[in-house]
Amino acid sequence: MTIALQYCHITVNDVDESIAFYGDALGLQVRNDVASDGFRWVTLGSDAQPGLEIVLSVPHAGRSQADGDALQELLTKGVLPMTVFRSDDVDATFETVRASGAEVLQEPIDQSWGPRDCAFRDPSGNTVRIAQAPAA
Amino acid sequence: MTPQELENLAHLRRARDLIDREYAKPLDVPIMARRALMSPAHFSRRFRAAYGETPYSSLMTRRIERAMASLRAGVSVTDACMEVGCTSLGSFSSRFAEIVGDTPTAYRSHEHDAVKAMPACVAKTQTRPVRNASSRIGEATRGAAA
Repeated sequence: MTIALQYCHITVNDVDESIAFYGDALGLQVRNDVASDGFRWVTLGSDAQPGLEIVLSVPHAGRSQADGDALQELLTKGVLPMTVFRSDDVDATFETVRASGAEVLQEPIDQSWGPRDCAFRDPSGNTVRIAQAPAA
Repeated sequence: MTPQELENLAHLRRARDLIDREYAKPLDVPIMARRALMSPAHFSRRFRAAYGETPYSSLMTRRIERAMASLRAGVSVTDACMEVGCTSLGSFSSRFAEIVGDTPTAYRSHEHDAVKAMPACVAKTQTRPVRNASSRIGEATRGAAA
């Protein structure tokens, strides 16, 4: 029996501007785009990790107005949990994402606990950290 | 929330990111307010409403949290104070004691096994001192205990 992570949900304020960030800037590919009740669920993945996709949806999708409002406030305040990606060239990825106009939280640095990493805000306020993949 | 309210919240977030990023520099409220595109007085009110503490208090909490990490690593109290952008050892120490509940010297000499066991990026958020615990769950617990 095996178990593996398949979907990771990321709440965003605007699906299209987030596709520009996670797709065009970060380099993931759109795998699926599902619409229901006026809301969209878009998944993106990477050939480097087939079978794992992030799912983008807006705060009010599938939630009550009050719950959607609460989630949207936390999202915009920037206090939701972060997502961490890894790149085989974190400095090159940093330059690409920065060139897209994304908000830089941290330039690439060698952390005292080991990895070299950098961090951005996605267009909605989520923290996205990108770590250097260990040499193969 | 209206688009305007969301926009303002995003501006406040950018000011908070500035504090988290530039805490070691001589930041003051007018500089932070400029990042949020607000007047200092309005910014302070809105920031406090959003994050539960004033901008200056948030800056000091961040500095103390970073100083705690340095003290755990064995850095001297004076160096830890200067590293995080505090210029007065006296006010650093009293703020530290107020937030942490221990003097910097005493904190430095304690064992920190639990923190050492966490990945440092987790410790960074988990050890962030909370001045006025604003969690509703916490309030419920305290209410039940009272």
